Amino acid sequence: MQIRTAVTTALAATALIATGMLVGTQVNLLPVDASSNAAAYDSLFKVLFSIGTMLFAGILIVLVYSLVRFRRRAGDGADGPPTEGNLPLEIVWTAIPAVVVLFIGIYSYDIYERMGGMAPLDHDAMHHQASAMIEASVQPAASQAIGEDQASGERLWGGIRPIDGDVLPVDVTAMQFAFIFHYPEGEITSGELHVPLGRPVELRMKALDVIHAFWVPQFRLKQDVIPGQPTVLTFTPTRAGTYPVICAELCGPYHGGMRTSVVVHEPDDYLAWVQANSPAITNT
Amino acid sequence: MTVATPRELEPQLQEPLQPAGWLRYFSFSLDHKVIGLQYLVCGFFFYLVGGLLAGAIRTELATPLSDFMPRDTYNEVLTLHGTVMIFLWIVPVVNGAFGNYLIPFYVGARDMAFPRLNAVAFWMIPPAGLLLISSYFLAGAAAQSGWTAYPPLSLTTPAAGQIVWILSVLLLGGSSIFGAVNFIATVLKLRRPGLKLMQLPMYCWAMLGTSLLVVLSTPVLAGVLILLSFDIIAHTGFFNPALGGNVVVYQHLFWFYSHPAVYIMVLPAFGLVSEILPVHSRKPLFGYTTMVYSIMAIVFLGLIVWAHHMFTSGTPPWMRLFFTIATSFIAVPTGIKFFNWLATLWGGKIALNSAMLFSCGFILNFVFGGITGITLAQVPFDIHVHDTYYVVGHFHYIVYGGTVFVIFASLYHWYPKFTGRLLNEDLGRLHFVLTFIGFNLCFLPQHWLGLNGMPRRVAEYDPTFSTLNQVSSVGALIMAISTLPLLINVVVTALYGTPAGDNPWNALTPEWLTTSPPPVENWSGEAPLVTEPYGYGQHQPAGPSSHPLTPAA
Repeated sequence: MQIRTAVTTALAATALIATGMLVGTQVNLLPVDASSNAAAYDSLFKVLFSIGTMLFAGILIVLVYSLVRFRRRAGDGADGPPTEGNLPLEIVWTAIPAVVVLFIGIYSYDIYERMGGMAPLDHDAMHHQASAMIEASVQPAASQAIGEDQASGERLWGGIRPIDGDVLPVDVTAMQFAFIFHYPEGEITSGELHVPLGRPVELRMKALDVIHAFWVPQFRLKQDVIPGQPTVLTFTPTRAGTYPVICAELCGPYHGGMRTSVVVHEPDDYLAWVQANSPAITNT
Repeated sequence: MTVATPRELEPQLQEPLQPAGWLRYFSFSLDHKVIGLQYLVCGFFFYLVGGLLAGAIRTELATPLSDFMPRDTYNEVLTLHGTVMIFLWIVPVVNGAFGNYLIPFYVGARDMAFPRLNAVAFWMIPPAGLLLISSYFLAGAAAQSGWTAYPPLSLTTPAAGQIVWILSVLLLGGSSIFGAVNFIATVLKLRRPGLKLMQLPMYCWAMLGTSLLVVLSTPVLAGVLILLSFDIIAHTGFFNPALGGNVVVYQHLFWFYSHPAVYIMVLPAFGLVSEILPVHSRKPLFGYTTMVYSIMAIVFLGLIVWAHHMFTSGTPPWMRLFFTIATSFIAVPTGIKFFNWLATLWGGKIALNSAMLFSCGFILNFVFGGITGITLAQVPFDIHVHDTYYVVGHFHYIVYGGTVFVIFASLYHWYPKFTGRLLNEDLGRLHFVLTFIGFNLCFLPQHWLGLNGMPRRVAEYDPTFSTLNQVSSVGALIMAISTLPLLINVVVTALYGTPAGDNPWNALTPEWLTTSPPPVENWSGEAPLVTEPYGYGQHQPAGPSSHPLTPAA
């Protein structure tokens, strides 16, 4: 009888794990992936979805089985067995979730590091420059009102910021109820974000009034844009196309309408866009 | 034990202050049972108000365009919906209603430790609630910045409504603190001589843990809201970046209360379920000691996870790492509780009545919400779905699928104690089926919507999301309809229901060892000493009549 129980348990556990992995890897709940972060995100999602399916299905099966198998029969007024606990069982169901949670934590930390989320954000020479450029590009009145001390440099906050090399800097200004994108390379200002495929983009973001958030679901990235605290967000587009840019932080009555697009161009198309929109070229 | 029961302290005041009959429910009664039912009915009234507001939200979202109400009205509605449901329905009912009714029974007392404070705590709620609702009509505009009231938005939306909102939340927070002080004092100091802490029913432990959270965290919310009101009224600059203030500091202080607030809503529900499951499965609560320790672990961890609401707010990397790990670990004590409940059911003799249906619905919904909660705790995962409908779906699985299901389970379980009559089971099952289907239709699709690009708190959205939003709105409609069998059941049963007798479930916890409804003194004689509140199956041979229902020496 004990052997039968052990075999049944092992079979059930195997079936559960197989189901979880099948569902987690085969069922796609996510939109198309269009940045290097999205690939890392999706592998984390698959792992969490698999583990979640196993847990939920396991508990659902035990619950429904108990309700059917141990239902009170008509006329049975007796109590169940006076089982008050079981220490080995308690240890098992403390230890297994602890190990699973620890694994998830370490794995997601690894993913986050791969995205560049753990990169230090201390101010260095480059940041001084970057923020000075943001300051210059955003309305001067607003930055004075914020009252930052330019001489000592300012701190950049949060976000994902890993990438060295040929980074395309874009200054993002968020206000009620629009995003404005300014390209220091070429002095272009645009209501839409245009980026070339494969080149890392660094968004340096400021808010003029209330908190907004920059979100592109296909990039799996979001960063609050905070008045008084410049934030940064880096990504590398990996799929050409047009994707929505959505404000994700309640910012007022027209919050739901605060949307624009990000267009990921093939590199040649991007150059054409820059040339068509650069004020320096149109003037000469 | 030197603390006297309130009755001994005030022999001549207790009785004259209590009008007879139904009028006592509208009086400044000091009877904990009256106060508990006052909390319950008042909370249910605000549940209907919050439900109407939810209906308005789902009507607006049935179409992609903002075409049902003006956009700023929509923001008022979502702000009021969140505030009403949290501060006027769930917190007062799982704490105030069931806590006041049950805790004195469970510790063997005739009332709460501070009956007058108790009545004051209740009577702060109706005026605060009416103040909040009336701001929409009287102040010109209600608060529009969400229940989180993040500055600088809350500094720029109409000031009068925001100030009324702050005032109302301060009153409700004060009421909650008064209640918590009372619960701590009652559980620790008013226990019947001979009753040890580790013999108390689990709901006492849940309320002790919850009350510690209330006392430790609610003052922080009060502090930050007072500073916010200074920014609005006196134009100080605590949270105003134009005056050198810092908006992220507000978020830290706000969530230092508002994350524990989740546990203030779910821990009492955990306690109530721990009372209901053993009775209807005729088995002792499995793993009593680990259940107690896991409550205390949740209390401790609940205080150090608040910044997981701020993963996109520019928090430093080390902080994200710490709060990811701390949040993930809450899954361990929470998981212990769910495994213990399943083990309580296992091998029992389960009566699948309305109370059990809602309890099992709670287990499924909460496990689902807990799993999505673990995903949200992971920084890289959260960065994509933060502030989207994925989060809306997640927390409704916790607070509605979790706590509100438990409130309904508790209503079916204790209604015979409150009134002496049983609720109708057919209507109860109908209520459960409608609620369960409506709830899952309403909130399950929202996870997909969030993953695919629908932010929360919007009155308009991409037309590609309209099908699932319509499914969600239909679910909300079914949830609204599900209230009808409940209302009919409660009203009709109160008048014509089957008499329940004193102990229809043959339960062993002390509130059942007296008449239904109980006398003002709770027991006509001395309070019984119940050292084994879950001692099912220990006194066989079988038969409910063989249970030790008489007071033990």
